Amino acid sequence: MRTFPFISAIFALSATMAAAETYVVAPGTDAAEKLQEALILAEGGDIILLAEGRYPLVDGLSLDVDGVTIRGAGADATILDFSNQQGAGEGLLITSDNVVLEDFAVENSKGDGIKSKGSDIITFRRLRVEWTGGPAEANGAYGVYPVESTDVLIEDSVVRGASDAGIYVGQSDRIIVRRNRAEFNVAGIEIENSYNADVHDNVATRNTGGILVFDLPNLKQNGGHSVRVFNNEIVNNDTPNFAPEGNIVGTVPKGTGVLIMANRNVHVFENRFDDNAMIHIGIVSYFEDYEDDDYQPHPRGIVIRDNEYGRGGFEPSGEVGLFFAEAAGGEIPDVLWDGVTPITEWLSWTAEEDGVYVDEKDATFGNLRMIAQTIYPWGASVDRDIDDYRGRLPEPAPVKLPQDQ
Amino acid sequence: MIRLAFLLALLPFAAAAVDQEALLAKRPAKWLSAYGLFADAAAQIPAKGVTPYDLATPLFSDHAEKLRFVWTPSPARYVADEAFEFPVGSVLIKTFAYPRGAGLIETRLLIRQEAGWKAWPYVWDAAKGDAQLKLAGARFDVSHEGQTISYRVPNANQCKGCHMRDGGIVPIGPKARNLNHEFAYSDGTRNQLSEWIDRGHLDAAPQPPASANWRAGDLADRARAYLDVNCAHCHRRDGPASNSGLFLTYGEDDRTAWGYRKRPVAAGRGSGGLEFDIAPGDPEGSIMVHRMQSLDPGVSMPELGRSLPHPEGIALISEWIAEMD
Repeated sequence: MRTFPFISAIFALSATMAAAETYVVAPGTDAAEKLQEALILAEGGDIILLAEGRYPLVDGLSLDVDGVTIRGAGADATILDFSNQQGAGEGLLITSDNVVLEDFAVENSKGDGIKSKGSDIITFRRLRVEWTGGPAEANGAYGVYPVESTDVLIEDSVVRGASDAGIYVGQSDRIIVRRNRAEFNVAGIEIENSYNADVHDNVATRNTGGILVFDLPNLKQNGGHSVRVFNNEIVNNDTPNFAPEGNIVGTVPKGTGVLIMANRNVHVFENRFDDNAMIHIGIVSYFEDYEDDDYQPHPRGIVIRDNEYGRGGFEPSGEVGLFFAEAAGGEIPDVLWDGVTPITEWLSWTAEEDGVYVDEKDATFGNLRMIAQTIYPWGASVDRDIDDYRGRLPEPAPVKLPQDQ
Repeated sequence: MIRLAFLLALLPFAAAAVDQEALLAKRPAKWLSAYGLFADAAAQIPAKGVTPYDLATPLFSDHAEKLRFVWTPSPARYVADEAFEFPVGSVLIKTFAYPRGAGLIETRLLIRQEAGWKAWPYVWDAAKGDAQLKLAGARFDVSHEGQTISYRVPNANQCKGCHMRDGGIVPIGPKARNLNHEFAYSDGTRNQLSEWIDRGHLDAAPQPPASANWRAGDLADRARAYLDVNCAHCHRRDGPASNSGLFLTYGEDDRTAWGYRKRPVAAGRGSGGLEFDIAPGDPEGSIMVHRMQSLDPGVSMPELGRSLPHPEGIALISEWIAEMD
C-alpha cells in the first residue's frame, strides 16, 4: 500500500512525458502554414521550437491551447517577420493559459506585436518586439500586450518603436515586469487599469515617456491599484510623441519619466531619473470628461521615495507640457502633482491613506493645487514645500507568480 | 438561393447520409465529403436531413454569397436572445461562394462535439469536386466583378476570433431574431423557425423576437442590427474585444458602451486621430465609420473577413450617426 502512490506518480509522469510532443519548425516555403498548424494541433505540455532564421508571414499567428511553450533560438536569431502582413490585428495572439513565449522576435506587425487576451499564467521571456524603421505613427500600438490576464511575467525582453506602449499591461492582475529594455516607444512601459504590479529593474530610455501607470474610465476593469515601480533606470526619454492623435498617450509630453494618472496605492522608489526634459515624475488626475459612475479619476495613496534625480524639466514641450510648465511658473520640479482631489475634500480634508506622499532627500516638488475639470490653478501659488508631503503608507506586498517560484 | 431550391426539388430523395462518427472524431477529416453532408457537394445540394437556412442580417464578407445548412441529431434548445443550444453531434455548415465568378471558395464546419464546438475550414478544389481541410487557413486571390480580393480563409483559431465566448467557441448566426422570417424551401416558402421545429432541429419557439433586418424598419434599429451581426461577436462584454469597452450587441443600452462620445482606449492608430467612436452628427468624425472604411490591416474593422469596404453598411451607419444628437 505504501508504495502505491509512488508508483502511480511515476506512471503519471511517464504518461505525461510520452504525450508531450515537440514540433520543430524551420524557415522555408511552407513554414508559415507548418507553424500555424503546430499552433493549432499542439496539446498541453507540447513545445513548438522555432529554428533560427527569418519567417516572412502575411497573416497573424494565434495559439489557443493551454500549456504550450513557443521557443525560438534567440531574440536576434528567430525572427517572425510581419513586414508584409495583410490580415489580423496583431502578429501573434495568445488566448490560452499556462503559455511560455521565449527567445524569438516579432518584427513590423501591422497592429500589435504579441497580444495575450484572457491568458492566465503567461510568460514573455527574452523576446524582442520591434518596428525596425524606428518611431513612426504607422507602427503598431503595443509591443508586448497582455490584457485581461492573471499572473503575467514579462522579463529580459526588448521592445522598440511601438506607437503607443512598448510593454502594455491592461486590465490584468498580478504582474511582474522586470529587466526589460523599452526604448523609442511613445510609452516605454504602461500599466493600465491593473492590480498588483511590480515593475522593476527595467531600462526605459529614449521613449516619449518612460513608465506610465494609468487608470481610464469605461472599461470592464478599472480602479487600478497596488503598483510598485522600483529600481528602474528612467533616463533620457527624448523621442517626440508619435502616437496617432486621439490616443491618451498622445497627450504625454516628450521627456516624461514616470506619469501616474488616477490609480490607488502606487509606490515609486529607488529609481534613477536623469535627462527627462519635461518632468521626472508627474502625478495627475484623468482630465477628459467621461460617463462612468464607478470611475475614480484621482490618484490616491501615492508614495514617492528614495529616488535619484539628475537633470530634468529643462525643456517642456507639447500642449499639455507647456500648460503644466506655465502652471508651475516656469520652474518644473522633479516631482509634480496637479493637486486635484475630489471637490468635497476642498471643503474638508483628505484621509491619510488617500494622500500623496513625497519622501525624498534631494528633490524639488510642486503641487499645482488645481481644481477638477478646470484649467485654473486654485490659488495663485504653487505649493513647493516638500516637507508638508513627507510620510509613508504601507507598501503593496511583493507580487508572487506561480510560474516564478 | 432560389436556384438551389429548384435543384432541391429535382432531387427529393437525395441519398447520402450524414456520418455521425466523422462529425464526432477528435481529428477533422481531410476531405469534406467524408462527413456525408451533401448529396451533391459541388452543386451544394444537401443530404437528407440537412436543412438550408439564411439570416436576416448576415456578416459582410467581401460580397461572398454564403450558403448555410444545419443538421442536428435531435432538436436544439430554444434560447431567446442568443444562438440556440445545439446537442452534441450537430453541425452548422457555411459555404462561401462567388456564383458569378470564382464559384465555391470554402466550406466551414462548426461541429458540436462533447468537448465543445470545433471549427474546421475546408477549401474547395474544383478539379476534385471536393473541399480539403486547411487547418492553418489559406490566402489566395479571388476576382469578383473586376476587383481582385486577397481572400483569407480563417484558420481554426481565427474562427475563435469571432466565435469565442467565455473561453469556448459558440455559433453566432442561428438566433431567433435572425431566423424569424420566410425561406424558400424546395417545396414552398415557410417561416424558418416553424420549419426547424417541424424538421426536428429546434424544440420550440415561444414568442420569438421580431426579425432583425438591417434593410427594413427604424433607422436606429437597422443600424444596431447591422452592428450586432458585423461587430458584436467580438464587441460584447464577454467577447474577444471586451477590453475595448465598446459593446455593440443589439441590447446594449449604456450609450457610452455602444460608442456614443466614447473615447478610444487601446485603438492605437486605429483611431485615425479622431476623438470619439461615435461623434453624434458627425459620421466622418467618428472612429466607427473611419474603421469601417479603412483597408489597412492595423485599422480596418472587422479585423477578419473583410478586405473590401461594405458601402451599404457604411452608408447605414453614417446616416444613423448623422441624425444623432
